[in-house]
Amino acid sequence: MEKRVTFKGWLLPLALVFPQILISGVFFFYPAGQAIWQSLFIPDPFGLSSQFVGLGNFEYLLSDKYYRASFLTTAIFSTLVTLVSMVPALFLAVMADRLVKGAGTYRTLLIWPYAVAPAVAGVLWLFMFNTRVGVVSWYLGQLGYDWNHVLNDGEAMGLVVVASAWGRISYNFLFFFAALQSVPRSVIEAAAIDGARFWTRFFTIVLPLLSPTTFFLLVVNVVYAFFETFGVIHTITSGGPQQATTILVYKVFADGFVGQDLGSSAAQSVILLVVVGALTVVQFRYVEKKVHY
Amino acid sequence: MATVALKGVKKRFGTVDVIHGIDMEIADGEFIVIVGPSGCGKSTLLRMVAGLETISEGEIQINGLRVNEKEPMDRDIAMVFQNYALYPHMSVRQNMAYGLKIARIPKPEIERKVAEAAKLLQLEPYLDRKPRELSGGQRQRVAMGRAIVRQPAVFLFDEPLSNLDAKLRVQMRLEIRELQSKLGITSLYVTHDQVEAMTMANRMIVMNGGVAEQIGTPLEVYERPRTLFAAQFIGSPSMNTVQGTAADGMVTLPGGAVLPCRSRHSGPVTVGIRPEHVHVDPNGPLALDVTLTEPLGATTLLHGKLKNGAELFTASLQGVHTTEQGTHSVQFSVPAEDIHLFDPATTLRLD
Amino acid sequence: MAAPERKTQGKLPAAGMVEKRGSALWMTHALMILGVLVVFFPIWLAFVASTVTQPEIVSPPMPLLPGGHFVENYTRALFAGVNIPVATMLLNSLVMALGIALGKIAISLLSAFAIVYFRFPGRTTFFWMIFITLMLPVEVRIVPTYEVVAGFGLLNSYAGLIFPLIASATATFLFRQFFLTIPDELAEAARVDGARPMRFFVDIVLPMSRTNIAALFVILFIYGWNQYLWPLLITTEPEMNTIVMGIKQMFPSGDDTADWPVIMATSILAMIPPVIVVVSMQKLFIRGLVDSEK
Repeated sequence: MEKRVTFKGWLLPLALVFPQILISGVFFFYPAGQAIWQSLFIPDPFGLSSQFVGLGNFEYLLSDKYYRASFLTTAIFSTLVTLVSMVPALFLAVMADRLVKGAGTYRTLLIWPYAVAPAVAGVLWLFMFNTRVGVVSWYLGQLGYDWNHVLNDGEAMGLVVVASAWGRISYNFLFFFAALQSVPRSVIEAAAIDGARFWTRFFTIVLPLLSPTTFFLLVVNVVYAFFETFGVIHTITSGGPQQATTILVYKVFADGFVGQDLGSSAAQSVILLVVVGALTVVQFRYVEKKVHY
Repeated sequence: MATVALKGVKKRFGTVDVIHGIDMEIADGEFIVIVGPSGCGKSTLLRMVAGLETISEGEIQINGLRVNEKEPMDRDIAMVFQNYALYPHMSVRQNMAYGLKIARIPKPEIERKVAEAAKLLQLEPYLDRKPRELSGGQRQRVAMGRAIVRQPAVFLFDEPLSNLDAKLRVQMRLEIRELQSKLGITSLYVTHDQVEAMTMANRMIVMNGGVAEQIGTPLEVYERPRTLFAAQFIGSPSMNTVQGTAADGMVTLPGGAVLPCRSRHSGPVTVGIRPEHVHVDPNGPLALDVTLTEPLGATTLLHGKLKNGAELFTASLQGVHTTEQGTHSVQFSVPAEDIHLFDPATTLRLD
Repeated sequence: MAAPERKTQGKLPAAGMVEKRGSALWMTHALMILGVLVVFFPIWLAFVASTVTQPEIVSPPMPLLPGGHFVENYTRALFAGVNIPVATMLLNSLVMALGIALGKIAISLLSAFAIVYFRFPGRTTFFWMIFITLMLPVEVRIVPTYEVVAGFGLLNSYAGLIFPLIASATATFLFRQFFLTIPDELAEAARVDGARPMRFFVDIVLPMSRTNIAALFVILFIYGWNQYLWPLLITTEPEMNTIVMGIKQMFPSGDDTADWPVIMATSILAMIPPVIVVVSMQKLFIRGLVDSEK
């Protein structure tokens, strides 16, 4: 799409885009280029010089069992976060959509967690499940279940998943609710006249109509789980126990800043870059498809 | 107070010519209507005068001065857009004052001019409203007001009435015409509506495919259309055409009917007959097999085919004709002066 | 997905009405309330913890209703904190969030105006540059970006906190989309009225973009406020900590017991500004959310 009307001149528009070019150049393109460049080198232990290793860092990474484990961890983590954040959100949205009155109030209340930073969410959930003072872990103890996410891999994963998914429920709820509200009444009524009961209607009519929204949320939530959950993991488990919750982004941080292994960290960044690229392409494919409908 | 001259004006988009060279001299205070079907280049021509489109070739002069290279604001023009183009976040008053404000006119003078225009257009009660709080007709007036306050040399109207309903359109048509003659400002008015063209224009340009088919007063165009296109575009219902052969002041139609005409031309011709120019005449040479009758009150339209002919033909008769509905035949005659002949190849008028 | 809000307006009674029965409606409300309670529980518990004393917390189970130490705990958090008064961290967060939101809106408005209303050399290249920046979150280029910021001596500075997070073009993209919907005739009318480009920008484009700017502001403010990794890396001095990252710094290393009432009071303080923004500007927020994802 282009404008029919344009103003003349080239100096003014260049001046207008200059701030953005400058900031993107210095803080985006240069660092992104550096990440790619550094991924091809191994610095010596004193950081004085570095040696070109080509794709060596990548080869090393892909053969590194910890890195491969991190890939698997990320896959499990993002699948769970996506499920745990979408299913309750859809359920709540369907409930809210059934209400004539009060849906707005529920929506206002349900938006809250979205505003809570992932890192703060991490602290809240950590507090509930803290092994010493946590309310939930204490009650679990009373029931005979000994909660200890500091030592237990599965419990650690469960906790970071729930803490990460929690704020996303709000987000997904908003989108599902908006989508449900725009399902044409006449379609629902036609199905009702055909004798379909509420849940039959939901699974045969409403859910298929929601599929564009569902797919969109699927991609967005996976991207979220990949890149925006660092705060949750850092506050709750710091990647532990024994790397059980070290997702890829956390590993970039841990190897780059804690382990000071710049070459490996840069190579990991590049791999992530490819992952984001792929996800973005998927998303745009979908958007394009939608435009053609 | 201004004259406008178009001298061989052409417009090209890439390699495609959309306007093929228009020449015209517009006198001071004249109201010129540019009329034609959509895509004929009429809006482009107007926008070239406005300075919103560049001129590929030729020259546009305002008051004898070449304006090709001038910005719209330096051409001393004002424009009324089809969708009014009112600034949605500004009140009526601010909309009208905006151009003056940019021109750094002193505030009291702006206020005076806006008040004057508002009075003229009966907009005084609405001055502090936003465009979205106005009806279509009122928005139209604000767009006019915005043009008037600047006291331009030339008014440009780009289909200003096409977004209004039929009744309002008739009313606004009169208002615009009255206003223009009161202010005496040279105007160019683009429309696809031939009724607007007929009723408003001092002179009109009938455009088709980037070419001016005819430039003339409404009656000239109606009575002596220069091309078949002009003949059919102006007048409602549109002119009937039948292929025929002319010889010695007579023209023979396919069905064998022979009609007198004023032309001395001989050979194959396209015969044009306006529906309103046929007269019921039991001894007339034309026989119409009527298949549909449309009583409109003041007139009655008879649709059908000429006897032994294939072309559709429409006759418009004064008053109510309660003759039988359904298929029947009516005899007509057409006065010689109302027979228009066109060259079938060039579509130009033959006289 | 364009503005589902609007469709909501004209909507008839909700889907449940097709088989409206008293008990079903009742059940729905009950389920909604249960859902809201579950979702709200972590926030509630944090609030309770911020109003009781440390001994009440460390001897589980802690109470589930607020205690009487609200003023005391919050005063202690705000003006003493653990490493640094929370008031300072709040100020840092505010500066960062506002800086990111306003900075990004400002540069995006200008460049979107340029790419929509001008044809200039490098326009296409610039457009693709923007497109690429859409794809890469800051986490991916974190190490080199850190080095750049460190190289400029911007560690522990507001500029270092703000600029790298402005360097993505989501907002430019959104404004471009919006500007494309402004009718051409308005620009033409402004030209006929004698407005030069910047005049048109200030008098017409900016006022018309008000809603979009506000919606984007809400989204960007929350984005900036909730940043964690970036402030964690570049603020090594406690005086520059933002509140969201500062909470984690309040946990003692080793086996010491955390000062839970203060930490929880800080958590509540950290969520108040974004919650206020989201709830009070709910309509704008939802619109911004829906727009920014498309």
